[in-house]
Amino acid sequence: MIRLERGRVVFSAGTPLENVALADIDLEIPRGQFVSVIGSNGAGKSTLLNALSGEAPLAGGRVLIDQTDVTTWPASKRAQLVSRVFQDPMLGTCEGLTIEENLAIAAARGGARRPTLALGRGRRAEFREQLAQLGLGLENRLGDRMGLLSGGQRQAVSLLMATLRPAKILLLDEHTAALDPRMSDFVLNLTHRLVEQQQLTTLMVTHSMRQALDFGSRTVMLHEGKIALDVAGAERAALGVDDLVDRFARVRDESLDSDALLLS
Amino acid sequence: MSLVAALGALEIGLVYGLVAIGVFISFRVLNFPDLTVDGSFPLGAAVAAAGILGGIDPFSATLLAVAAGGLAGLVTAFLNIRFGILHLLASILTMTALYSINLRIMGSPNLAIIMEPTVISPFELFGLSGGTIKPIFGFVVVVGAGALVAWYLLTDSGLGMRAAGANPRMARAQGVPTAAMTYFGMALSNALVAFGGALFAQMNGFADITMGTGTIVVGLAAVIAGEAILRPKGIVMAIVACILGSVLYRFAVQFALNAEFIGMNPGDLNLLTAVLVTIALILPGARNPVKALMKKRGSGAPS
Ligand SMILES: Nc1ncnc2c1ncn2[C@@H]1O[C@H](COP(=O)(O)OP(=O)(O)O)[C@@H](O)[C@H]1O
Ligand SMILES: [Mg+2]
Repeated sequence: MIRLERGRVVFSAGTPLENVALADIDLEIPRGQFVSVIGSNGAGKSTLLNALSGEAPLAGGRVLIDQTDVTTWPASKRAQLVSRVFQDPMLGTCEGLTIEENLAIAAARGGARRPTLALGRGRRAEFREQLAQLGLGLENRLGDRMGLLSGGQRQAVSLLMATLRPAKILLLDEHTAALDPRMSDFVLNLTHRLVEQQQLTTLMVTHSMRQALDFGSRTVMLHEGKIALDVAGAERAALGVDDLVDRFARVRDESLDSDALLLS
Repeated sequence: MSLVAALGALEIGLVYGLVAIGVFISFRVLNFPDLTVDGSFPLGAAVAAAGILGGIDPFSATLLAVAAGGLAGLVTAFLNIRFGILHLLASILTMTALYSINLRIMGSPNLAIIMEPTVISPFELFGLSGGTIKPIFGFVVVVGAGALVAWYLLTDSGLGMRAAGANPRMARAQGVPTAAMTYFGMALSNALVAFGGALFAQMNGFADITMGTGTIVVGLAAVIAGEAILRPKGIVMAIVACILGSVLYRFAVQFALNAEFIGMNPGDLNLLTAVLVTIALILPGARNPVKALMKKRGSGAPS
C-alpha cells in the first residue's frame, strides 16, 4: 500500500513564478491495484510520480509505504521500495554500458551494492532468461552497448529492469508515448504481462483515454494539481472513452469558467 | 633515441599512467571535468618528499600522499555537490588553494630527496641499475593499480559509480546514491594522481612547486591517445588504453626533444602537448573528453 497524504509540491516557491504543481493531494493505492492516471499537459501527473519516488521534495504532507513514513527518504533510498520507467527511453538506461551491465545495475536495486563482480554465471543466466521473455532476441546480445538498441527495445529493457527486483509500487510515466505504434503496443502488452505475473501495485500515467480505461481497475484524472476524477468498479466499467473525454472537457471548462470569473 | 632515454621515457610514462587512470575516472566515468589534478600531483610529491625528509619511512610517506590526494578530490566534490559550484570552477578553487598548501608542506619551492631512501631503494639491492629497476617498479605499480580500478568498475558498486556519471537520474531511480558515488570517485581519482606525484618525486629525487602545471592536459593527452589507438569497448581495455597512451605520449615527447632538427627544448613541452590535445579534439570522430567541459549537467543534484 502506498499513500500520499495532503501531498504538496511547489516550484519556484516565493517568487512571482510560484507554481503549485500538486495542491494537497490525498491518494491511497491498496496493494496490487493498477491505477491509470490521465490529465492535460502540466496537470501534475509527472510531479505526482516524482513526489512518490522522492524526486520532487514535498512542501507539505507525507508519503507512506506500508505504514513506513518515507517522506524524508531521498530518491536513491526510496528505490528499494519504488521502481519506475521514464517517458524518455534514453533516460531509463545507460547507453554507454552493455545490456547486461544495465540489468546488473537494476539487479542490485534494493540491495547493498557491494564491491563484488557484478556479472557472474548466475546473473548472466538470469538475465538471458528474462530477456528471452521479451522475444526480441536480446538474450543473445548481452554484451552489446545499450546505445545500439532502438527506443522501443530500450524501453522494453527499462521495464524489465524496473520489475527485475520486487517493489512496493511501479511508476510508469507515459512510458509508451515516445514509441511508434507497434512498439508502443508491444511495451503495453509487456507491461500487462509483467504486472499480472508479479501482482504489482502500479501507477501508470497515459495520454490515451483508451489505455486509461483498458488497463487496471481504477482511473484518476488530475487537473491543475488536484484530483478531478477518481473512478473504479462499476462506475468505471460503465464509462466509455466518450464519457471520459466528456468529463475531461467539463473539468477543463469549469476551471476556465472560474478563471473567467476571477478575471471579470 | 638512446636506451637510457628510452628507459627514462618508459619510467615517466608508466608513472603518468596513474594520472591518466585518475583523469579517466573523473572525466570519463564520473563525467566530472576535474582540474584538481594540477594541484594533487604536486601535493602527492610534496607530502612524500616532506615526509621522507622528516624521517617517515618512504612507504608510509607514499601512503600519506595518496590519502592527501584523496582528500583534495573530496574537497572539489564537496564544493560541487554541497554548494552547487560548477565542476570546473570547484576544481580550479581547490587547485589554487593547493598551490599554497603545497608550499606550506614543502617549506620551500623545491625539495631534494636524491640522497634519501625511497620506495624503490629496497629493490636496488638486487643488483639492477636504477635505470632498469625504476621502469620495472613503475610497470608493476601502474598495472596493479589499473587492475584494481578495472576490477572495481566491474563490481556492483563500480557499476553504480558508472551509472551515476553516465545517467544520474537513472542511477538514483535504481537506488544508487549518486552524491556518495561522486565523492568516492573523486577521492579515488585524485588519490591515484597524488600516488603518481609521490612516485615521480621519489624516482627523480625532487619535488617542485611547479611540477603540477599541465598535469591535466598530459593526463588527457594520454587518455585520448590510448583511446585513439585501442578503441576500447570494455572497461579493462579502457584502463589498458590509459597506460598505453601515457607511455606512447612520453615516447613521442622524448622523440620530439631528441630530434635536433625540430629544435625543441623541455620548456616547449606544455605548448606541444596543448597543441596535440587540441588537434586530437578537433579531429572529426574523436571521442572527446573535453566536450564534458562544455556541459553544465550537475552530478551534484539531490540523490
Ligand atoms: N522542474 C520543474 N521546475 C519548475 N516547474 C516545473 C518543473 N516540473 C514541472 N513543473 C511545472 O509543474 C506543473 C506540473 O508539471 P508536470 O507534473 O510535469 O505535468 P504533467 O506531467 O501532468 O504534464 C507544470 O506547470 C510544470 O510547468
Ligand atoms: Mg509528464
